[in-house]
Amino acid sequence: MNLIQRCQPLLDVLRNPVCMATLDLAAWDLLLRQAGAAGLLSRLAVQAETLGLIARVPDEVRPHLTAARTVAAKQRQAVRWEARRVAQALAGIEGPVLLLKGAAYAIADLPPAAGRLFGDIDILVPRAQLGQVEGALLLAGWHSQKQDNYDQRYYRRWMHELPPMTHIRRGTVLDVHHNLLPETARIHTEATPILEAARALAAPSGLSLPADTDLVLHSACHLFHEGEWGHGLRDLVDLDAMLRGFTVGPDFWLTLLARAQTLNLGRPLYYALDCCQRWLHTPIPPNVIVNCPQRPPAWQGALMRELFDAGLASAHRSCRGRLAGLAAFALYVRGHYLRMPWRLLLPHLLHQAKRRDRDQS
Amino acid sequence: MKLLQLPSAELRRQMAGAGVWLRTGPFSLKLKSRIPSVAESLAKLYGQFEVRSVHEAFADFHIAVNPPGNLRRWLLPQAEFSFDGLQPFDPLPRDQAFPMLEWGLNWCVSTQAHQYLVIHAAVVEKNGLAAILPGPPGTGKSTLTAGLVLSGWRLLSDELTLIELKTGSIHPLPRPISLKNESIPLMRSFSPDAYLNRASHDTAKGTVAYLRPPKESVRRQHEPAQPGWIVFPKWVADGETELLPRSKQQTFQSLSQHAFNYTQFGVEAFRVWSGLIQQADCYDFQYSRLQEAVTVFDHLAESAAAGEARN
Repeated sequence: MNLIQRCQPLLDVLRNPVCMATLDLAAWDLLLRQAGAAGLLSRLAVQAETLGLIARVPDEVRPHLTAARTVAAKQRQAVRWEARRVAQALAGIEGPVLLLKGAAYAIADLPPAAGRLFGDIDILVPRAQLGQVEGALLLAGWHSQKQDNYDQRYYRRWMHELPPMTHIRRGTVLDVHHNLLPETARIHTEATPILEAARALAAPSGLSLPADTDLVLHSACHLFHEGEWGHGLRDLVDLDAMLRGFTVGPDFWLTLLARAQTLNLGRPLYYALDCCQRWLHTPIPPNVIVNCPQRPPAWQGALMRELFDAGLASAHRSCRGRLAGLAAFALYVRGHYLRMPWRLLLPHLLHQAKRRDRDQS
Repeated sequence: MKLLQLPSAELRRQMAGAGVWLRTGPFSLKLKSRIPSVAESLAKLYGQFEVRSVHEAFADFHIAVNPPGNLRRWLLPQAEFSFDGLQPFDPLPRDQAFPMLEWGLNWCVSTQAHQYLVIHAAVVEKNGLAAILPGPPGTGKSTLTAGLVLSGWRLLSDELTLIELKTGSIHPLPRPISLKNESIPLMRSFSPDAYLNRASHDTAKGTVAYLRPPKESVRRQHEPAQPGWIVFPKWVADGETELLPRSKQQTFQSLSQHAFNYTQFGVEAFRVWSGLIQQADCYDFQYSRLQEAVTVFDHLAESAAAGEARN
């Protein structure tokens, strides 16, 4: 059984939510656990309600869906509220302030927002405005927590974001980016085209959203280049939702490919399209994948498929293959390898390892 | 079938193998454990609860308490709680395996059962009205609860008050009552016939033993109750028995500190919360003598019943 087959019934209902109406109790027993572990139960719960399937779900299952919907509704409300606080804090800043990922989906009600769980708030600002932004956020109560000089230097010198800022009273975490990828990453991308193409929001005023294509590319590069696999399948579901929802215009796909070329993000886009199609049956025209810029050579594509599949299948133990631990380690190493050149990476890992030793003793 | 109808050797065998299916209040569990003391305490304390074959299609929570797979097991035997294959807590000494199951179950409900508003409070019922007893450990909440349910009150829960959002009614989860330290001998002398399991020593809460829930409370575990009183108990050594009214506003503030999942809800919870406090009479209660405490509560229930009869 391959990894994609192992992730049933979760993949069945992600591909086609209507089949929630036909699942028996035993299938639900597994589905609730797979979806819960993947952070996708609330999405299914909201879809079940939107599609009018709640009455066709077994009695034992309904409370779980109610609970998951409750949590999602509150989180959505909270992230929207928090985004408005960010807008207030940054009202005096010149240049656009872009919401990224979860907060962007929630505030503009984009396709991935339904039933999504949220973590930190991510924003993107022009690099020239970074100092002003940080100052304004500090005044409004966000500050970077528990980081020593090494961390501060690491972030400020090499990374594409400030050290995470935590709100002093609410404990919410804000990531302030000035680019999509670290300065030291093996792929170089520019934030300027993204900032220029941003659309200002009517409300809350002062915030903007990246163009649809840029939202897709950022999500792809977050998952397939930065390598945060803790929510791998959930992030893939975000991509699937956007690719299904944004494709109303006839030239979406052409624009997306051209944009990937401009931003130098063809490689992560290729991986994203390939995984979306195989895992979630996202309807992607065949020539789009063929024409994706910066496609990997065939041998590399095949190898990466194995790794990504293992990463996506790591959501629940029923899905994991025999080599899950090894694949997770390989993905972790790859994420770091892509992040910075060896001459920076090795001293960094050594420092982290020494610190862990010290913290434990 | 009831758990007590399952021969103990058979229960041990099933739990060490594929597991057992058990219902407690609104929740069903699939439960595994290779540790004999877990099966033993379960048989003694959960005897009145319904058990089915583990091949039952569905369970709300899939949990296990087993020796962890680390090397320490050769030096110091331990127990580890798993929720669907994940270990949310560090392992504990093997002697605490059964308390760990109870704490793990509380964790499952308070972190996941957001179909209810969950308050960290004991709750008991008489004549259809429930007394909610919030209180951090050490306030004598469990002792008072045990005293009341051994004197004719119905146990709804020792730890988790489950409030249904639509109706505001309270759903029972009458699992064993956890007694700590001095309240263990106190309860043995208060009610020599009550069953307490073998105590676990040196836990984070000191010595812990569990009191078997009354048969009648388990039989009526699907029967909800309406909130009647919110009483903040406080055990004071040699203190006088004293029931003092408490303002609704104060109650609102203190009770919200005991809500496990209030922050998971939006405005809906606020509505339920205010309704609950409007509906209930609110008190502070100090006691040292359990029998007197029971009398005070019986009196509350009688006056409510008399008031009901007059209306």
